[in-house]
Amino acid sequence: MGGYIVKRLISAVPVLLGITIIVFLIMSLIPGDPATAILGSYATPENVEKLNRDLGLDKPVITRYFIWITNMLTGDFGRSYSLNRPVIDEVLERFNATLILAGTAFVLCSVLGILAGVISAARQYGVADKIITFVVLIGISVPSFFLGMMMILLFAVNLRWLPVSGMYAIYGGGDLPDLLRHLIMPALALAAVATGVIARLSRSAMLEVLRQDFIRTARAKGVPERRVIMGHALRAAMVSIIPVLGIQAGFVLSGAVYIEIVFQWPGVGRMLVDAILKRDLLLVQGGVVFVAACYVLFNIAVDVAQSLLDPRIKT
Amino acid sequence: MPALKVDNLAKTFTLKKPLFGAAPAGVRAVRPMSFQVETGETLGVVGESGCGKSTLARMLVGLLDASEGTIEIEGKALDNADPAKFGKLIQYVFQDPNSSLNPRKTIRQVMEAPLKRLYRMPRSEREARVSQIFASVNLREEFLERYPHEFSGGQAQRIGIARALAANPRIIVLDEPVSALDVSVQAQVLNLLADLKTEFGLTYLFITHDLAVVEAVSDRIMVLYFGSVVEIGDAKRIFANPRHPYTKLLAESAPVVGRPLTAPEQKGTELPDPLKPPPGCAFAGRCPNATDLCRTQEPELEPVGEDQLAACHHPIQD
Amino acid sequence: MTAFLKLLFRNRLAALGAVVLSVILILVLLTPVLPLQNPDITATADRFQKPFTEGHLLGTDHLGRDLLSRLLHGTRLSLAVGIAAALIAATIGSAIGIVAGYFGGRADNIIMRGVDMLMAFPYILLALAIVAALGPGLMNALIAVAAVNVPFFARNIRGITVGLAGREFIDAARLAGMGHIRIILTELLPNVLPVIIIAMSTTVGWMILETAGLSFLGLGSQPPQADLGSMLGEARSALISHPHTSVVPGIMIFLIVMSINLLGDGVRDALDPRLRSGALSRPRAMTLVERKGEVPAPTDDLLAIQDLQTQFHVGGRVYRAVGGVSLSVKQGECLGVIGESGSGKSVTALSVMGLVASPPGVITGGAVRFQGEDLIGASYESLRQKRGDRVAYIFQDPLSTLHPLYRVGRQLSEAIQSHHDIPKADAQARAVQLLRDVRIPNAEARVDNYPHELSGGMRQRVGIAMALANEPDVIIADEPTTALDVTVQAQILSLLDDLRRERGLAIIFITHDFGVVAQLCDRIAVMYAGRIVEEGPTSSVLEAPAHPYTKRLIACVPELGGGQRELAAIPGLPPLVDDLPPGCAFAPRCEKAQDTCRTSEVMLKGDTSRAVRCHYPEEAV
Repeated sequence: MGGYIVKRLISAVPVLLGITIIVFLIMSLIPGDPATAILGSYATPENVEKLNRDLGLDKPVITRYFIWITNMLTGDFGRSYSLNRPVIDEVLERFNATLILAGTAFVLCSVLGILAGVISAARQYGVADKIITFVVLIGISVPSFFLGMMMILLFAVNLRWLPVSGMYAIYGGGDLPDLLRHLIMPALALAAVATGVIARLSRSAMLEVLRQDFIRTARAKGVPERRVIMGHALRAAMVSIIPVLGIQAGFVLSGAVYIEIVFQWPGVGRMLVDAILKRDLLLVQGGVVFVAACYVLFNIAVDVAQSLLDPRIKT
Repeated sequence: MPALKVDNLAKTFTLKKPLFGAAPAGVRAVRPMSFQVETGETLGVVGESGCGKSTLARMLVGLLDASEGTIEIEGKALDNADPAKFGKLIQYVFQDPNSSLNPRKTIRQVMEAPLKRLYRMPRSEREARVSQIFASVNLREEFLERYPHEFSGGQAQRIGIARALAANPRIIVLDEPVSALDVSVQAQVLNLLADLKTEFGLTYLFITHDLAVVEAVSDRIMVLYFGSVVEIGDAKRIFANPRHPYTKLLAESAPVVGRPLTAPEQKGTELPDPLKPPPGCAFAGRCPNATDLCRTQEPELEPVGEDQLAACHHPIQD
Repeated sequence: MTAFLKLLFRNRLAALGAVVLSVILILVLLTPVLPLQNPDITATADRFQKPFTEGHLLGTDHLGRDLLSRLLHGTRLSLAVGIAAALIAATIGSAIGIVAGYFGGRADNIIMRGVDMLMAFPYILLALAIVAALGPGLMNALIAVAAVNVPFFARNIRGITVGLAGREFIDAARLAGMGHIRIILTELLPNVLPVIIIAMSTTVGWMILETAGLSFLGLGSQPPQADLGSMLGEARSALISHPHTSVVPGIMIFLIVMSINLLGDGVRDALDPRLRSGALSRPRAMTLVERKGEVPAPTDDLLAIQDLQTQFHVGGRVYRAVGGVSLSVKQGECLGVIGESGSGKSVTALSVMGLVASPPGVITGGAVRFQGEDLIGASYESLRQKRGDRVAYIFQDPLSTLHPLYRVGRQLSEAIQSHHDIPKADAQARAVQLLRDVRIPNAEARVDNYPHELSGGMRQRVGIAMALANEPDVIIADEPTTALDVTVQAQILSLLDDLRRERGLAIIFITHDFGVVAQLCDRIAVMYAGRIVEEGPTSSVLEAPAHPYTKRLIACVPELGGGQRELAAIPGLPPLVDDLPPGCAFAPRCEKAQDTCRTSEVMLKGDTSRAVRCHYPEEAV
C-alpha cells in the first residue's frame, strides 16, 4: 500500500511540471508588453524598463521559466503588484476560505448524490425515483450563480433566515456557528450541480451493476435483498463512482469561483477574477499553479481510495 | 513445394519497463516453432487457453509482427507485416462471426472491400464475383443488402467465410470458426468448409480447442502447449496413439459418450506462469513421467514412431 | 433516421425538451425581424421598469434598456457561442481521441499524457488562465471553453475507439487490404459517430453554462453587447432592489440548459442500443409472477417443475422461453437438461428459485415444488430462505459470477451466515473446510484470495464450494464447465460426481454437451424451443433416441475417435420463441414431418421414465 502511494506521488511529479509549463506557456501568450499592460499606456519608459527588470521579463523565456519554478520550490511565488504583498501569503489565506467552502460542498454532493442515486436505482420507476430524477434534472440545469442569487432572495432577503453574504459577520462574528450560518447557502448552491451529476451517475452505475452475474449469485445464495443492494451492488458500483467524485471535485472547485463572487466569499476564485481584471499576472499564475497542484494531490488520494476498494488494481 | 512453410516463428510480447530496475524478459506467447502445410491439406491446431494458438494465427496472416522466424507461402517469403500483401495469399476466418462484421456496413460493402482494395476490380466484375461466392456458401443474394445484426451466428459465419474466399487466397486460417455456434449449425459450417476446400483447392489451418472437431476435419494435427508444439501427427492416430503425455491427457479428458467418468489427473495442477516460465519442459509439473532431465532441459521436437513427432524426453511407446 | 426520431419522441421528456428548445430557437432566429427596441439604447429615465409595463413587456434594466430585446439578443449570442464551442471541442477532441485510440502505442501514450495534464486542472483554472492571457472578450471565452472541453472529448472517444479497434472487423478490414486512413474513415468513424453525437448533446448544455459563467464574471462579452451571462452579471448589483432583472436572464439560461439536457438524454437513449427496450432496468429480487390458470397439484418428488411457463416481455413482443416444462428429481439423482442456445434450458433452471431477470422475465404458469411446497407463489422471504440453503446454484462463468471485490472466504462465509446465525470465525473456519472439500490445495491461504487471483478451474471449485455451503438438497448447475478448458473440465466433472455420491445430492445439470451428460447424469431431458421433446434414462436416450431432433442432434456431434469425415447436419435454424410455428416446433427442419405435425399440437407421450413429444417417433416408448 505504502509503495503504491509513493509510486503515485512520484508519477505526479511530471504532471505537476506539465502544469507549470502549460500555465507558463499560456501566460507567455499575452499580446504586447505586460509591463505596459500593468502600468498603463501613460507609463514612462524608465518605469516600464524597471518593472520589466523586476519581473525578469528582459530574460529569454526558458530562463524565465526556470527562475520562476526554482523560486516557487523555495516558496517564493513572487509579489502581487496590485495587493503589494507576496503572492503565496495571499493565495494561502484565500485558499483556506475556498477549502472550507468547496470541501463542505464536496462532502455534501458526494453523500447526497450517492444516496439519491442508490435510492433511485433501488426504487426504479417508483415515486422516489421520479422525484429524485426531477430534482436532479433541475439541479444540473440551473447555473450555480443564478441558484445562489435566488437563494439570497429567498432565504436572506425575504425570510431573513441567513446572512446575505460574506464569511463572518462584520460585528461580533468569527466563531464556528457564525461561519456555519454563512456557509449554508453558498455550500448548498455550490453542491447542487455536482449532486445532480453524482446522483445520475450513481443511479446508472447501480443499475449496471445490478444486472451483473455476481448479483444473481448473491441472490442465489440467499443473501437478503437489502444486503445485495447496499453491500454487493453498492460496493461494485463505487468502483465507477469514485473516479467521478474526483472529477466532480474539480467542478466544485471551479464552481466556487462563481459562488465566491455571488456570496462575497473571500476565496481564491474571487481573488483570481480580480487579479485577471487588474492584470496582476503573477497572482494569477501563482494562484492557478497552487490550486492545480492541490487538485493533483487530491486526485492521488482518490486513486489510493480506489485501489483500497478494488484489489484488481495492482498496488 | 508446401503451401505454407513456417520456420522458427516466435512471438515475445515485451512488458512495460518498471520505474526501477531492468525491463522484464517479456512473455513468450509463441516459442520458436517450425512446420509445413502441404497444398490441399488441413492442419489442425489444438491447445487449451493460453497455448499461443491465436497469436500464431495472427502472425500467419500478418496482423501481428513476428518477433523472429519466417513465413513462406508457396515459396514466397512474407516477412513484412502488411496485411494487404498477405491478404491475397492467406485469409482469416474469425471466431466471433458477429464481431467480425462491421455493424454499420451492408454485407455487400463487406464482401466487396477485398475485391476493391486487393484486386481493384471494376463494379460489374465485383458483382459477378460476389454472386458466385454467395452461391458457393449457400447464401441468398438478398442478404447482400442487409446489415450484420439481422443474421444468426451460423449465417454470419458463412458470410465471414465468404469474405475470406472473396480475396481468392491460397490458404485460410480458421480460428475457432465453430466454437460460437450450436452443434446443429456447427455441423453445417464444417461440412461447408470441407466442400469449399475441394471446390477452390484450398489449404486450411484449423485452430480449435475441440478435439472431436479437429479430428473430424484435419489431415494432420499439431498440439500446442504453453507456446510450443508438443506433438504433430496424423489425425487418425494422434489421439488414439499419443506420444506426448499432454496429448494423452487431452484425449482422456475429452468427454465421450459411453466412457465412464474419470479424472485423468487428480493433482490440483495449474498451467505454468507465463511471467515465470519453468526451466525445462513446461509440462513437467503436470507430467506423471517427469524426471530431473525434464525439469532442466527443454525437449526438442523429434520423430517418434513412423509419422509422428513429439517434444518429449520420455515419449510414450507402444 | 425516421426510426431514430420515432424512438426519440416516444420519450415524452425528450419531446418536451425538443419543443421548448425549438420555440427558443425560432424566437431567436426571428429576433432581427421582430419589432423589438434596440437592445443597446439607454434611457436612464426609464430604468428598472417592472415587467408588463407599457412598451416594455419584461421591463427595463439599470440603464433603462428593454429587457425583452436584450434577452432575445443575449440568448442568440449565448446559443451561438455555446454551440460553436461544442462543435469545435467535439471535432478537435474526437480527432485526437480517434487517432490516439486507433494507433495506440507511443502516439497514444504521448497524446493521453497531454490530455491527462490538461484534465489535472479544475476546468475553470485553465479557462481563467486562457482568458487572463488573451484578455476578456466573448471570442476569447469561446476559445477558453472549447479548449477546456477538448480533453474530455479526446479521452471519451479514445476509450470507445480502443474498444472498437480491438474488434475483429477492423482486423478483417486490414486483411481486405484497407489502409489506416480508409479504416479510420469508413470502418471506425461510422461506429464512433453516435458516441460523438451523444457526448455533444449531453455537453452542449454545459458549454452554454460555462460561457455564460465567464461572461457573468465579466470575462466574456463586454458592454454594451450582452449575452445571458453578462446580463445576469450586470443585474447582480440590483438583485435585492430589482430582482426581475436577474430573474429574467437566469430563467432563460435554465430553460435552455434544461431543454438541451432533456433532448440530449433522449438522443443518448435512442442511439445507445443497450438502453433500448428498457434493457437497463433493475432486475427485481425475484422473478415477476403473473400466473394464469390452475396451479398443478403437489407430488412427492424432492423438486418438481410442473408445467412451468416463463416468458420475456420486451416491448410488445412475447418470447415464450419456457413453454410448459415438467421435470423432477429425486434425492441423489442427477438429471441432465440438454439443448441448444435458445432452447430455454437456462431459463427453466433460473425460474426454479425466481432468478430470471425481471423485467423482462415473467413466470406465467405452472409451479415449482420443493418437497411439495410451491416456490412460484411463495413470498420473497420464504423463497430467500431456501435459496442457497435447500436449493443451490452453480453458474457458468466463475469469473463473472463471483463478486470481484470480496475475498472468496468472505463470499463463502456470507452464504452460510445468510442462513445460519453463527459467529464470523466459525463461518470462516467452515469456509476453509469447504475449500478443502472441493480439493483446493492450500485452502487456509486461498480463503484470502480474490477471485481474479485464482485460475478458472479454481474459481469454479469456489463456485461449487459456495453451492455446498449449506448442504443443500438440490444443486442446479447451469453449464458449469462450458467456460473451462477440457483438462480442467474433466477434473470439475469428476469432483461433482464424487460429491453427489458422497452426499446424496440431487443435481439438475444444464448443458449442451452430450459427452458431459453421458458421463454424469442418470436421466436426461432434451429441450427444443422452450419445451421438452424427449426424456428418459441417459443410456436409453443416447442409444435409442426417440425424437427425430435428438437423433439428428446426436449425429451432428463429432465424436473423438471417428476420424476425418462428413458430419450429419440439421438444415435450417431453431425457431424464434416469439414466433413459434403451430404444431411441432421442429417440423420445419424435420424430414419425417407430415401435415399433422405442422398443424396440431404434439403432447409429450409416455410415462415419467421415458417420454417423447412426436407423432412419428424413431423408437416406440
